[in-house]
Amino acid sequence: MAKKSYDVQVVSKLCKACGLCVHLCPKNVFDRAKDGRAVPARPEDCIGCGTCELHCPDFCVETKEKEGE
Amino acid sequence: MKPEYEKYFRNNLPHIWCAGCGHGIVMSAWARAVNQLGLDKDQCVAISGIGCSSRITGYIDMHTMNTTHGRALTFATGVKMARPDLNVFVFSGDGDGTAIGGNHFIHACRRNIDMTVVLMNNNIYGMTGGQFSPMTPFGKKATTCPYGSIDRSFDMAELAKGAGATFVARSDIFHAKHLTDMIVAGFNHKGFSIIEAVSSCPISYGRRNGTPDPRDMMDNIKEMCVMKAAYDKLSDEEKANKIPIGILQQIDDAPEYTSEYEKLVERVQGGAK
Amino acid sequence: MANVRLVQGNEACALGALKAGAYNFFGYPITPSTEIAEHMAEMMPKCGARFVQMEDEIASIGAVIGAAATGRKAFTATSGPGFSLMQEAIGFAAIDEVPCVVVDVQRMGPCTGLPTLSAQGDIQQARFGSHGDHAIIALAPSSVMETYYMTIQCFNLAEKYRTPVILLLDEEIGHLRERFDVDPDEEVEIINRKQPTCAPEDYLPYENTEDDVPAMAYWGKGYRYHMTGLTHNQKGYYSSVLPEVDAFNRRLTRKIEGHIDEFWESEDFFVDDCDYLFIAYGSVARTAQEAMEELRAEGIKVGLLRPKTIWPINEAKIKKACEGKKAVIVPELNLGQYAREIERVIGKPVEKVTRVDSELVLVEECVDKVKEVLK
Repeated sequence: MAKKSYDVQVVSKLCKACGLCVHLCPKNVFDRAKDGRAVPARPEDCIGCGTCELHCPDFCVETKEKEGE
Repeated sequence: MKPEYEKYFRNNLPHIWCAGCGHGIVMSAWARAVNQLGLDKDQCVAISGIGCSSRITGYIDMHTMNTTHGRALTFATGVKMARPDLNVFVFSGDGDGTAIGGNHFIHACRRNIDMTVVLMNNNIYGMTGGQFSPMTPFGKKATTCPYGSIDRSFDMAELAKGAGATFVARSDIFHAKHLTDMIVAGFNHKGFSIIEAVSSCPISYGRRNGTPDPRDMMDNIKEMCVMKAAYDKLSDEEKANKIPIGILQQIDDAPEYTSEYEKLVERVQGGAK
Repeated sequence: MANVRLVQGNEACALGALKAGAYNFFGYPITPSTEIAEHMAEMMPKCGARFVQMEDEIASIGAVIGAAATGRKAFTATSGPGFSLMQEAIGFAAIDEVPCVVVDVQRMGPCTGLPTLSAQGDIQQARFGSHGDHAIIALAPSSVMETYYMTIQCFNLAEKYRTPVILLLDEEIGHLRERFDVDPDEEVEIINRKQPTCAPEDYLPYENTEDDVPAMAYWGKGYRYHMTGLTHNQKGYYSSVLPEVDAFNRRLTRKIEGHIDEFWESEDFFVDDCDYLFIAYGSVARTAQEAMEELRAEGIKVGLLRPKTIWPINEAKIKKACEGKKAVIVPELNLGQYAREIERVIGKPVEKVTRVDSELVLVEECVDKVKEVLK
C-alpha cells in the first residue's frame, strides 16, 4: 500500500501567528515565516493526524488527503 | 475551514480573540460536535452572556443571542420554555458563569432543562483586561490581585454536581477531540448538560503568571488535564496539580423540566375535563 | 349579567395577558404583584401555556426576553425592588427590539420601602430606569376593568413597535376588587409582530424601515440572525460606525416617540371647558375625578386629563390642554415625578398634591388645593 500524502494549507490572512500548529505538529511540517505566521514547509512529512487543525484557534490550518495517489 | 463544519459559521472570520487564545479551539471543537450530531442549524440556538467567551455567538450561523453579563442561562431558559423543540447551546466563561451568573448557574443545574452549556474557563476576565475571576487559582496574579489572589477558587464541576446538574463533564483545549466527544455526549443527554472547557488566556492571564506564550499554556494544560479513570488512580499528592477530564457526573433518571411541564399540562387539562 | 363578578386588579391583569395570547410567564414572588404570578401558575397549564417561577427578577426578565425573541408572547410581573433589578435587561429588550411586557405593581419606596402600601414612585424609573437613550411605552390603568384591556393593549403595542412595554399599576389598583364585566369570549384586536417578506439572505432584522419598525422573524423558519446587547448594524452585528450608530439610536427613540399619535390615549373630562385642570393617572385619577365633580357642583370650572399612556408623554396634547388654564394641578403618590414632566412640557410651574406616607391622596386635598389656588 502506497504511503498516503496530504495537502497542508494555511490561510495566511486568518493566521495570527500563535505558533501552536508549529509547536504541536509531531512531524515538524511547519516553519514560521518572519512575521511568525505558519508556513507548511514540509507537507510531504504530514501524516494527516489533524493535530494542527484541531488546535488552530483561528480556523486557518487545513490538511486534506491527496486524491489519486 | 473544512466545509463540513464551515456551514455552521457566518462568513465573518477572523474572530476577535487574541493570538493563541484557547477559545478558538473550543469553537472549532464545538463545530465538529455539531457536525457529528448532524443538526439543522435553523432548529438550533446559541446563547451567550458577556466576556471573551460570549463573543462566540457572533460567528455561529444559528439563532444567536449575545445577552447581558451572566444571564445567558436565563435567556436560554426562556427560549426552551417557549420552544422546547429547538436545540439550545449556551456559551459562558468562568466569570460570566460562576460570578455574576452564579445564581442562575446553580438554579439551571437544579431545574434541569434540556440544554448544552459550554463554559470556557480561562481563569480570568479577559475582555476587561485581566481581573481575577472566581476560577482564578489561589495565589495567581491578575490586575485586581497584583500580589497574588487570596480568594479561594471555585471548582465548576463540583459546584455543578452539588447543585444537582444531571450531566457534568470537563475537557480542555489540548484534548480537543475529547472536548468534541464531551459536547456530543452532553448534547445527547436529555437534561441540563454542562461541559467545562479548560481554555487559555496567554495575554491577560499568562503574561502575569509566567506563561505569556500560548505554547507554554498549551503544554501546561496537557500536563494538568488527566482522564478521569487515570486521575482516580493517582495518589492525593499526585492529584494536587492535576484535574480530571471526562464525564464527572451523569444522572439519567432525573425529571427534565420541559417534559415535566408537558406532563403537568396533560394532568391539569385532563383533570379539568 | 353572567360575566359580572368581583375581580382584583392583579387578576384582571392575568386574565388580560391570557386573552392577549401570553404563552410564557416568568416571575419571582414580590408584594404587591404576587397574585399575578399565582394566577398565571394556576391558569397557564390549563391553557397549555407555560409558567416558570425563576430564581430572581433578573432571571425572570431574561427568560421573558428569550421566550419573546423566539416569537412567543411573554411577560413578567413585579414591584419596585424587582423592577430595579430588571432594568439592565429592559435595556436589552429595547436595543434588540424584543416585544415583551413588564407589569410593575408599584409600592412605596425607596428600596424595600412599604411593600404592602401604595405609591406611584416608579414613574420616572419606568422611563429612565435603564441606561442609554431609548424610548419606552408605559401605560397606567385606573380601574380593574381597564387593567384587563390595558394589559391586552400592552402586548399589542409591544408587538407593533417591537419594544418592551411597561404596565404601571399601583398597589391600590392591583389589590382593588371591583365590578368586572367582561365577556371572556369577546373579540379583541390582537396584533402580532410584522414578518419579513424578503428571502432569508436579504433579511435585515434591524432595518431602517419607513415606519421605523423592522420585521421580526419567528425562529425556526430560516431567518437566522444575531441579537446582541452591543450597538449593532441593520444585520444585527456589533457596529461602532458613526453614522450607523447614530441612525440606530435615533430610530430606537423615533419609532415610539415619532409615532405617538398612533397609540397615545387619555381620558378627558371638561379639558376644554375648565379654568383649573387636574392631570392625574392610576388610582389617583379616581380621586381627582371625584374632586373635580365636587368642585364643579360648586360652580368652579375644573377639568381632568387622565393620561392612560404615561410614557411617552404627548407634549403637543399636554401643551394644548394646559393652555390658558388658571392652574394645572398634578396630584400623585410621589414627590412630583410626573408634575416635573408636565412642568418641563408646558414651561411653567404646576400645583402639586403629593403624598409619600403610604396613604392615598384624598379628595379633600385636591379640593383644598384648587380652593387655595383660587384665592
